[in-house]
Amino acid sequence: MSQEILENNVASEPTPGEKHFPVFAVTDDIIALADDRISHYPESKLSAVLPLIHIVQHKHGFVSKEAITWIAEKLEIEPMKVVSVVTFYPGFRQSAPGKFHYRVCRTLSCAMAGSYELMDQICEITGIDRSKLSHHHPIVVSPCGVYSVEFAECLASCGTGPVCLVNDDFHENIKPENAQDLINQYKA
Amino acid sequence: MSDQETTTKLLPKDEAAAKGLVNVHIDGNWIQVPKGTRMIEACKIAEKEVPHYCYHPKLTSPGNCRMCLVQMGMPPRPAPGADPVFGDDGFQEIGWMPRPVIACANTVAENMGIRTTGDLVEKTREGVMEFLLINHPLDCPICDQAGECSLQEFSVEHGRGQSRFVEDKVKKPKNVDIGPRVNLDDERCIMCSRCIRFMDEVAEDAVLGFSERGTHTTVTCHPDRKLDSNYGMNTIDLCPVGALTSKDFRFQMRVWFLKETKSIDVNCGTGCNTLIWTRGSQIYRVTPRRNDEVNSEWMPDSHRLAFHEVQGDNRLTDPMIKVDDKHEITDWHTANTAVADALKQFEPSEIAIIASARQTNEELFLTHTLASTLGAENIATVERIGEADGKLISADRNPNTNGAKLILGETTKKLDSIKAGLNDGSVKALIVLSEDIFEAAGFSHDDLANAELVVSSHIIANATAKVSDIVLPGASFAEKRGSMVNVLGRLQRLNQALQPAGNAREDWEIIRDLILALTGEPNDLYMIEEVVKVIAENIPAFEGMTFSKIGEQGIKLIETGVEIPLLTKERERASAGIIVG
Repeated sequence: MSQEILENNVASEPTPGEKHFPVFAVTDDIIALADDRISHYPESKLSAVLPLIHIVQHKHGFVSKEAITWIAEKLEIEPMKVVSVVTFYPGFRQSAPGKFHYRVCRTLSCAMAGSYELMDQICEITGIDRSKLSHHHPIVVSPCGVYSVEFAECLASCGTGPVCLVNDDFHENIKPENAQDLINQYKA
Repeated sequence: MSDQETTTKLLPKDEAAAKGLVNVHIDGNWIQVPKGTRMIEACKIAEKEVPHYCYHPKLTSPGNCRMCLVQMGMPPRPAPGADPVFGDDGFQEIGWMPRPVIACANTVAENMGIRTTGDLVEKTREGVMEFLLINHPLDCPICDQAGECSLQEFSVEHGRGQSRFVEDKVKKPKNVDIGPRVNLDDERCIMCSRCIRFMDEVAEDAVLGFSERGTHTTVTCHPDRKLDSNYGMNTIDLCPVGALTSKDFRFQMRVWFLKETKSIDVNCGTGCNTLIWTRGSQIYRVTPRRNDEVNSEWMPDSHRLAFHEVQGDNRLTDPMIKVDDKHEITDWHTANTAVADALKQFEPSEIAIIASARQTNEELFLTHTLASTLGAENIATVERIGEADGKLISADRNPNTNGAKLILGETTKKLDSIKAGLNDGSVKALIVLSEDIFEAAGFSHDDLANAELVVSSHIIANATAKVSDIVLPGASFAEKRGSMVNVLGRLQRLNQALQPAGNAREDWEIIRDLILALTGEPNDLYMIEEVVKVIAENIPAFEGMTFSKIGEQGIKLIETGVEIPLLTKERERASAGIIVG
């Protein structure tokens, strides 16, 4: 029981989205990327912890236990220090999202402009059940594994709410009734 | 004209600056403290308590608990071209800031004012306490920290009687097994980060960290890298609340029932200063005690838990004489007479004494007296060399090697000649004091085949006791008084926390009574202080020494040139201004 509590710090829940991302592996490619980033911080490798987590998440969709161990070894720090950073930022995930990850802004302007209704629409269309949400699992993936949703804080476009970030694409002025269009743009 | 200028009175700021000090106004009084002192330390000097959780002088100050908020004031900056105005007392008027500052991470400045009381300070403390208690469970009745909990204490002083919090509390893991000796209750944690900083900075095994953020922040560790450092239990002492508890001490005893006795650790040459916590005839825990010359505020787990060895079922509780290969319990008088009578059968050259660098100076001195009473010249001590850990544990695992050298001279080499003497029959009687000759001394049963008499004193029924003709039960480190000289050459004091087990006696008394039985002459050594007096008269290094002079912190007796690596690092950090020290 108790060991499970600690395992949860680095555990990744299996999700239908996993099939869209390559399983984490230490490849020459990722080592080269990491070494390049580390070379930007001659004073202390420690500073490269954020960029390295970004590299891993970008390539593999989320930060797994193996990835945490690898980053810690790479930076010669304790794995716990990497866990601290990964769990601190809501932008980092510890389990796989869908192929297309929708971040809907819920800060004041967007909330007033209907971002909650937009979220409901997206969920209805993609079949996502947000009732399973918890503090530790803020992302819900659709059964097909293609879509996942998450509320985000301000995306810095308050004049054009509701706004939504799909992977790295930014969408503005999405009325809840236009949710279908937003989904249609991203088909597996 | 220049004469006139020099005769004008110096301002307090100049007087202080000449001595490297600054004037600080704390709760109405001006005091002088060294430049660069933290405000919280200045308040300590002024004997004003500033409640705090995250601040610890031996660790860095992140200033995250906010409990030490005080009101600060500085003289207003003079207008351009204007000169500062000094009052009749030579100080500038203090302009008080409307917002509090943390006392732990700010340093004092000339003419600074600090208020540790007043409406603003009291209100902020109440506010901070209320926030700290929002998610804190009310499990004081089953919490090991109760009675020595800062949260409990400051809650009484600065907290509200009732909670105003009607929302749901954040649930966090309880009973987390974060290491072999430490248990974690995350709901009790107030996120002061002392344990994390200790593991990062002092233990240099940075396995602890925070996970999550905001109200969900949780102290935890990686499942594959648990808190298994030999210094991990120091986090339990550091924890101001009951979040980190000792698996050994957990649920054993309420702390207010325990008696604290100041003593020292006897498991290696460092002699970490300790507190022995006892109730009745039992030791419940041993914790480190601050001594900046020896162990800072820490001690290794292995030494902290070593007290269990002296509380086993194998303690010797009565003097025993071997009759027909069986040990029979007897009384002290009979045992002492038997030893004296038996020893008188041998020539002085046939008697050898194996003493121990685990004995106190007093015991060693009496051992020396015993040897000269018998005329025995064969006296040896046993070396114990382990591995130094680069922190507090010394390679010398005997606590009093330096004391033995001062009192008995160089004796470790004589062990081999005793062994040879036993084998060739020139040594026939062996007196073993506080040692197991089979374990550390490396004797075999064959070596003892020709021995006609073996007398031993120890606390545990070990192999030596089994082969002894007469066994004299001694007292453990917690059951006796005495002094030892550590690797630094520092004379430190053991204090008695418990009565010796059963009919066992303090070792110095055992040796004294043996001498008494041998000579038949009274010797005026009724109390251990009298032995100390005789040592002071006879051993040059101990000249003028008394127990009260040793005090709680010990005193430097001889120069050995040895350094304790952990202290060297700590001093470097203190002089670099990273910690207060």
